Amino acid sequence: MSILTFKGGVHPYDGKELTKDGQVVEYNPKGEIAIALSQHIGAPATPIVKAGDEVKVGQKIAEASGFISANIHSSVSGTVKKIEPRLMANGGKVNCIIIENDGKYEEVEIKKPKPLSELSKAEIRELVKEAGVVGMGGACFPTNVKLSPKNENDIDFVIVNGAECEPYLTSDYHRMMEQPEILIEGLKVSLTLFEKAKGIIAIEDNKPEAIKKLKELVKDEPRIEVKQLYTKYPQGAERMLIYACTGRKINSSMLPADAGCVVDNVDTMFAIYDAVIEGKPLIQRIMTITGDAINKPQNFLVRIGTNQSELIEAAGGFKEEPEKIISGGPMMGFAMSSTDVPIQKGSSSLLCLIKDPVSAVEESNCINCGRCVDACPENLLPSRLAKVARQGNMEEFEKLNGLECCECGSCSYICPAKRNLTQSIKSMRKDVLASKKKK
Amino acid sequence: MSEMLNVSSNPHVRDKGTTSRIMLDVIIALLPASAVGVGVFGIRALIQIIVCVAVAVATEGIYEYLMHKKLTIKDCSAALTGLLLALNLPVSLPIWMSVLGVVFAILVVKQFFGGLGQNFMNPALAGRCFLLISFGTAMTKFTLDGVTTATPLAKLKSGESVDILKMFLGNTAGTIGETSVVAILIGAIYLLIRKVISLRIPATYIITFAIYIILYALGTGKGFDLEFLASHLCGGGLMLGAWFMATDYVTSPITKKGQIIFGICLGLLTGIFRTCGNSAEGVSYAIIFCNLLVPLIEKVTIPKAFGREAKS
Repeated sequence: MSILTFKGGVHPYDGKELTKDGQVVEYNPKGEIAIALSQHIGAPATPIVKAGDEVKVGQKIAEASGFISANIHSSVSGTVKKIEPRLMANGGKVNCIIIENDGKYEEVEIKKPKPLSELSKAEIRELVKEAGVVGMGGACFPTNVKLSPKNENDIDFVIVNGAECEPYLTSDYHRMMEQPEILIEGLKVSLTLFEKAKGIIAIEDNKPEAIKKLKELVKDEPRIEVKQLYTKYPQGAERMLIYACTGRKINSSMLPADAGCVVDNVDTMFAIYDAVIEGKPLIQRIMTITGDAINKPQNFLVRIGTNQSELIEAAGGFKEEPEKIISGGPMMGFAMSSTDVPIQKGSSSLLCLIKDPVSAVEESNCINCGRCVDACPENLLPSRLAKVARQGNMEEFEKLNGLECCECGSCSYICPAKRNLTQSIKSMRKDVLASKKKK
Repeated sequence: MSEMLNVSSNPHVRDKGTTSRIMLDVIIALLPASAVGVGVFGIRALIQIIVCVAVAVATEGIYEYLMHKKLTIKDCSAALTGLLLALNLPVSLPIWMSVLGVVFAILVVKQFFGGLGQNFMNPALAGRCFLLISFGTAMTKFTLDGVTTATPLAKLKSGESVDILKMFLGNTAGTIGETSVVAILIGAIYLLIRKVISLRIPATYIITFAIYIILYALGTGKGFDLEFLASHLCGGGLMLGAWFMATDYVTSPITKKGQIIFGICLGLLTGIFRTCGNSAEGVSYAIIFCNLLVPLIEKVTIPKAFGREAKS
């Protein structure tokens, strides 16, 4: 079978060997839980509990407040203390429901849904919506919206994104290795919504064990195919993934559905399975705690709202004081000023590095070498974009297709002059998009 | 602990490659050509090289010190400019002229325009052209084994025959670094392997030039003359220019299409300058002229973004 990929990209050190072995461990929080009301793209959810209320595991505590929004459920049992803004991993403050965890994990009564064959499409979407499922790769787009494209007959492919191209992360890998059957069941649920579509499980070829295992399991599934992707960052970026799997191209103003595709992360498939087959809401996710500063790097099954500092302790604490802690992968993650932040639905990893490779280097003049141009998966001219961004020239920025940037970080990564190209382009993009909204 | 953590924008990891490593690679790639130059032209060639490199680094260092700028001599770019200029000088050029050329290249062409990455033309070639205009006689006096000899290109122009094998190996008159095609190609292969340069500019340059020369030979009644073509390809600064100067990042287009257009322009101009001009050589002028075209070339070759190809 051919190995699929895209043009551009980079090959950073992948660091996956730190957490590749071993089993996923379930972690139950000790301290209080802070469940953010905005864990998704779109409008924040509206709380339906108040201070003093008793809640149980899986109980809905906040309701979607618009078409693009998501329900939120309690991940523990206990008492609601208050609702107040708390610091998030990305540095912003978000209203959180604070719950005093009683440690009993009493579950709310779950009504098991009808078998899949008896469910209508509307019922399946309703179950996904009710469970508060969002894209768990990091973008956190409400999944029920993704599963409801304008014309479902135009969907030719449902792609499971198992590329996991971000260095260090192995959570999807562990999901695929430990419970591949559930992944396939989740995909089958999605495929019942789109009769014409084929299911594709796309995996980078640095995970041969996962490819082998899943291929074996889908060999009698006529509608599902495992595709092997060339290992290169950002292979798992939605646009690159669709191109590699189908040869179709979308740009920043298009949705995957415009190319006949629905793309979901591996963990999201698990959430879809839980929602539709088990009737369980999304209250847990898998998370990689890793980096050279961590004593025992590993993957945890964690409850949404758990304080991230607890996980560092659970992973054996720090071997050495880290200079930098990143929420997510090293290419697109957020550097955190504090680990005293709660886990959200999109928290894929906590990466603790002894040395910060960025502050160790100094920016020097651009020598026009074109390495950023070669690396850019969107076929842009990053050095030029960064230059006009620093000049504040919005017009030229748009002319150079700056809005197409997917902020993958490949240009900054490869730059021999160590220029922070992604940073300049990213902030300019925000400005341009904001000024467009004003108009 | 929180005040101890570094916070910055993504990405949080960086490739090992650096500007100084790239410059160092180019210097390494120029060593075979420099060695042949010293072998063919003797110890004075070595002195020219050392003086040019030292003056280049010193000029940049002193200027930056006086102007209270960040010292950038460690990035090796000044040393590279000095070396390239030395390789573009005749061995007999008075040292004070070489020094003047280097100072012009570093100070006027590079630093006055903002230092590394800001110069609009190749500093080494600008230095060479400055010397060529100012001291025409000294710059076109070529000696081999102490005897003043015409370069192969000059012989070719006046209709004499040339020894192509000698031109390939380097045992002919010319500037210090341009005579040995084989030494330059060894360096070029090193740069290609290290991925410092791509084939786009040098290949389109050399192929366009070759086509021009074939057509010229046909048009002027020489017929299809392989020997004429080979001597034009091996003669003068074409190889040094195509592999080491036209590929200078700063003064060549960043777009892939632009690099091909740039190569074609270079090939045509070099051909025209060599065949129609007064001087036998045309590489330096072709390159610095095309350097000036770079902003225009880039403007018309902005690539279509991924997924935008179908639309305008």
